[in-house]
Amino acid sequence: MPYRYRGDIAHADVAFDAWSETLEGVFADCARATIEVMAEDPDAVRPAESLPLELEQESEEMLLFDFLNELIFYKDARQLLLLPARLSVGKGGPGFRLEGTLAGETIDPKRHRLNTDVKAVTMLRFSLARTAKGWRATVVLDV
Amino acid sequence: MNVPAALLRISDTIWELPVGYKDGMLVPARIFATEKLIREMDAGVFEQVSNVATLPGIQRYAYCMPDGHWGYGFPIGGVAAMDPRSGVISPGGIGFDINCGMRLVLTNLTAEEVLPRLHELVDRLFVRIPTGVGCHGFVRVSRDEFRNVAQLGSRWCLGRGFATQDDLEMTEEGGCFPGADAATVSDKAVERGYNQLGTLGSGNHYCEIQVVKPENVFDAERAHAFGLTIPNQVVIMFHCGSRGFGHQIATDYLKLFLSVMQKKYNLKLVDRELSCAPFNSPEGQAYFAAMKCAVNMAFANRQVILHRIREVFSELFHASPDDLGMRMVYDVAHNTAKLERHELDGHSRELLIHRKGSTRAFGPGALGIPACYEKSGQPVIIGGSMETGSYLLSGMPTGGETFFTTAHGSGRTMSRHEAKKTFRGDKLQRDMEARGIYVRTDSLGGLAEEAGPAYKNIDEVVEATELAGLSKRVARLVPLGNIKG
Repeated sequence: MPYRYRGDIAHADVAFDAWSETLEGVFADCARATIEVMAEDPDAVRPAESLPLELEQESEEMLLFDFLNELIFYKDARQLLLLPARLSVGKGGPGFRLEGTLAGETIDPKRHRLNTDVKAVTMLRFSLARTAKGWRATVVLDV
Repeated sequence: MNVPAALLRISDTIWELPVGYKDGMLVPARIFATEKLIREMDAGVFEQVSNVATLPGIQRYAYCMPDGHWGYGFPIGGVAAMDPRSGVISPGGIGFDINCGMRLVLTNLTAEEVLPRLHELVDRLFVRIPTGVGCHGFVRVSRDEFRNVAQLGSRWCLGRGFATQDDLEMTEEGGCFPGADAATVSDKAVERGYNQLGTLGSGNHYCEIQVVKPENVFDAERAHAFGLTIPNQVVIMFHCGSRGFGHQIATDYLKLFLSVMQKKYNLKLVDRELSCAPFNSPEGQAYFAAMKCAVNMAFANRQVILHRIREVFSELFHASPDDLGMRMVYDVAHNTAKLERHELDGHSRELLIHRKGSTRAFGPGALGIPACYEKSGQPVIIGGSMETGSYLLSGMPTGGETFFTTAHGSGRTMSRHEAKKTFRGDKLQRDMEARGIYVRTDSLGGLAEEAGPAYKNIDEVVEATELAGLSKRVARLVPLGNIKG
C-alpha cells in the first residue's frame, strides 16, 4: 500500500504518509488514504458517478491541499465518496494545474463500513516533496 | 516522558516555559497540570503552546489546560488573549470545528424510571438524530435561509419553534454571537453546511444519557442551583459543532491568511497552521465575522438537536418536555475567539480571547452569565470518554489567571490509529453493555477509536482544574446510554 497511517502525530487527528514515483500517483494515494479514514474499504466505492475537476495553485503542495479538500467538500455537499479516476498534474495557471475526473457514489452506510468523518486537511506537518524515488507527502487530517 | 528541561514549576499546578525557551516567544507559556499530568503530556503540547507565545499581540501568557494534547496550530486546551489593536486572529487558535461545544439538559426522571426503557430510548435517539459520515440534517432549509441561521443562531430556532426563551438564556452569549455576517462566508461553506442542520457528526461527537448518583455530587448547593435536585437524576449531554460549514470557513480563511500573512503584513510564523492576520485588518475582520456565522450555526445545530431529543423523550414517556423537566443547564462553546473584558495589569481591558478545546468558565457575579447562576458561577460541562463519565463544574472567582477559562474534556493520550489497533469496536460495545452502558453507533471502527483508555483520566483532569482554581467540581455524571456517529 503506498500510504501508511501514523500514530506519532496529533493523537486526536489522523496522520499519514504517502509516496509514489509520480506526482499523480502521490495525489491518488493521498486521496485513497483520506477516503479510507471515512469508509474502511475504498474498493467498495463504485465509480457510479463522475465529476470533472480542475484546480490551479502556486505550488504542487497547495494543489494537493486543495485537491484533498475537494474530496471532503463533495462528501458533505453531495454525500459522495470520490476517488480520482484520472489525474494530470503539470505546470499551468499561477504555477501548477490539476485536471482530471473524480468517480464514486453516494455514501451508503450499509456497504461502505463508515468510520470517522474528516473535517479538514490541516497545515500541521503538511508537506509534498520530491525524493530520490519520486514524491512523498505527509498529511494530518482533522477528524 | 516529554517534559522539556527548561520547564519551570511555578506551583503545584502551574508549569512555565520561559520566553527564552524558543526564539520569538513574546510571553512565557503556562501549562496547568498536576505533576502526573505534566509528565504524561504529549511533546506536541510543549512545542505548540510555545509557538502560540510567538503570536503578535499576545498578552500575559500562552496557556494550555490540564486536558491539553497535541493539536494543530494551538494545542488542544490552548488559550491566548490578543490585544485587539495590535494582535492577530488565527483560525489555528479556534479550530476547524468552530464552536464545537457541549450542552447539558435536565430531566425529572430517575435512573430507575429510565433504565427499563433505556434500549428503546437510545434506539429512538439513534434513529432520529442523524449521525456519522455524510449524514443529512432533519431540518431542511434553503441556502438563503441557512445564511439567516448563520447570522441568528439560536434566535432563528426560537422563531421557528425549535427553542424556548429559556433555552437561549441558558446558552453562552444567548446562542448568538452578534456581528455574524453571512456575506463573509463562501458559497462553498454554505453548500457544505446547509443540509447538515440537525446532525451530530462523528469522531468524539455524541449524545449521552447520564445519571447523577448522590455519591457523585461534590457541591450540593451548586448542584441544586444547576437543577440537580433528585437522587439518581437522569440528564442528557451532547457534543457537536458547526459541521462542514465551520470546517469550510476555517479552511477558506486559513488559505486566505497564508496568502497575505507574509506578503501583505510581514508576519513570519513558526508553524503554517498558526496562519493569522492582524485582527483589525480587512482579512482579520472578515474571518471574525465569518467565524461568528459558524459559531451561530453550531448553536442552532445543538438547539434543533435538543428539540428532537425532547420529542423523543416526550413520545416515549408520554409527557410534555415541560412535564419531564427538560430544562437546559447550559450550553458552552469550546472553539471560539471572542472579545471580552478582563483585568490585565490592574486595568480592565478588551481582549480577543482564543479558546481552542477549552471552555469559558465565568465565576460568580460575572457579567454575561444567566441571573440564576449569579451566585454559583457559570456551569462548565466537561465531557469524558463514553466509558468513564463526565463532569459538571462551575466557574470560580479565582479563574482570572486564564481569563476565566478551564478544560473542555479529558484529552487524548492514544492516537486514533493506535486505539483502533488496540481495541475492537464490537467487543467494546458488548463489554460496555455488560457494564450498563448501551451504545449505538454507525461505526464500530469509530467506536474503537473512542475507547476509554485512549483518554486521560478525567478525574485527574478536573481535579487539576480545581486545584488551580479554574473551576470547581459540582457533580460527576455516569453514562447509561450513548449514540455516536
